[in-house]
Amino acid sequence: MNMSPGHFWSPSDTGTLSRLRDTLGLAAEAEGLLDIAYTTIDSPVGTLLLAATPKGLVRVAYDIENHERVLDTLSQRISPRVLRAPRRLDAAARELDEYFGGQRRVFDLPLDLSLSKGFRQLVQRHLPEIGYGQTRTYGQVAELVGSPRAVRAVGTACATNPLPVVVPCHRVLKADGTPGGYVGGPEAKTTLLRLEAVA
Amino acid sequence: MKQPFEKLVEQYGGTVLRVCRVIVGGHDAEDAWSETFLAAMRAYPGLPDDANAEAWLLTIAHRKAIDVLRARKRQPAPVGEVPEVPTALGVPGAGNGDLWQAVAALPEKQRQAVAYHYVAGLAYAEIAAILGGTTDAARRAAADGIKNLRKNYPGAATEGAPS
Repeated sequence: MNMSPGHFWSPSDTGTLSRLRDTLGLAAEAEGLLDIAYTTIDSPVGTLLLAATPKGLVRVAYDIENHERVLDTLSQRISPRVLRAPRRLDAAARELDEYFGGQRRVFDLPLDLSLSKGFRQLVQRHLPEIGYGQTRTYGQVAELVGSPRAVRAVGTACATNPLPVVVPCHRVLKADGTPGGYVGGPEAKTTLLRLEAVA
Repeated sequence: MKQPFEKLVEQYGGTVLRVCRVIVGGHDAEDAWSETFLAAMRAYPGLPDDANAEAWLLTIAHRKAIDVLRARKRQPAPVGEVPEVPTALGVPGAGNGDLWQAVAALPEKQRQAVAYHYVAGLAYAEIAAILGGTTDAARRAAADGIKNLRKNYPGAATEGAPS
C-alpha cells in the first residue's frame, strides 16, 4: 500500500496553511501568547527584520546580521514564543517607509530597550536627541550622556544598538569626520547619512 | 537551544494538518490544527530543549483531535430512531477509489496509528507513547489499518510503506 504523505496533500493546501498561520498569529495575540511578533520589509538599505514585544519595537536587524540568527537570539533572550505576525509591526513598517521616502524625520513608536543594559541602554536612549540630518562624534555623545571619557564605551553602545535606523546610531561619526563602523555595514551608514542630508 | 516557535510552524505545520485530516476529516481538521498550535505555543517555553518537537506537537494534535471528535459526537442528535453507524466518517468498503473515505472508515486506533506512522513518519515507540499501550500494539494497529485499507481501497499499490 503506497501511503505516502502526498496522498493527503494538494497544491491548494499551501494557501490553507498560510491562512491558518495568519489566524494563529491573531489568536496568539488575542490570548497574550505572542511574546515576539516579527516581519520583514524592503528598504534602500536592504531587507530589514522588524520585531516587537507587547511593549514595543525591540529589534531592527540588517540582512548582514543574519535574520535567522537574530531570531534565535530573540528566542533565547526574551521568549521562544516568536511568530511571523506582521500586524504588530504595521506602524513601524509605515514610519520606516515614510523615513526612507524622505517624508519622516522623527520616529514616533513605542520602543522596548530590554535587549541592552546599563550604559549601553543609556547611550541608546540619548541617541534620538541627535536630530535628523545632524551628526555627532563618539566623544560628543560621551559628553551628552555625562561620561566624557567613555568614548570607547559609546562606540560599543552604538555598535550593539538593537534598533538601528530608528535609534539613530548612524548619526555618530569618528572625530576625523569619517563614518566609522556600523552594524549595517559602512555602505548602509553612508546611504542613511546621504538620505538625511538631501531630504 | 530552543528555536523560535515560528520554526516549528514552518517545519511541522503541514504534517500536523495532514494528520488532523486523517484523524478528524476535512473541515474540522483546520480547527484541530489551530487548537494544536495555540496550545503548543502556550506550553512551548516549558518544553525541554532536547525534546522531539514533532512528536510533542503530534501528541498535542492527538488530544485536540479527540476533543474535536468528542465535540462532534455531542452535536444535537435528531429525536427518534438514530442509526448507530457513524456515517459522517464515510462508507466502509465503498470501493470508489477514494482513499479519504477508506481511511475515515477505519476504527479510531487504526486510523491514528496509520496517520502517525505513515503520514507523520513517527516510530512505533513514539506512537505508543501518544496512544498509550505497547509499541507492539501500535505496530499491530497500523498493520491492521493498512490491511483494512487494502481491502477497502482497491486502487492502492502494495509498496512504498516506510518501515
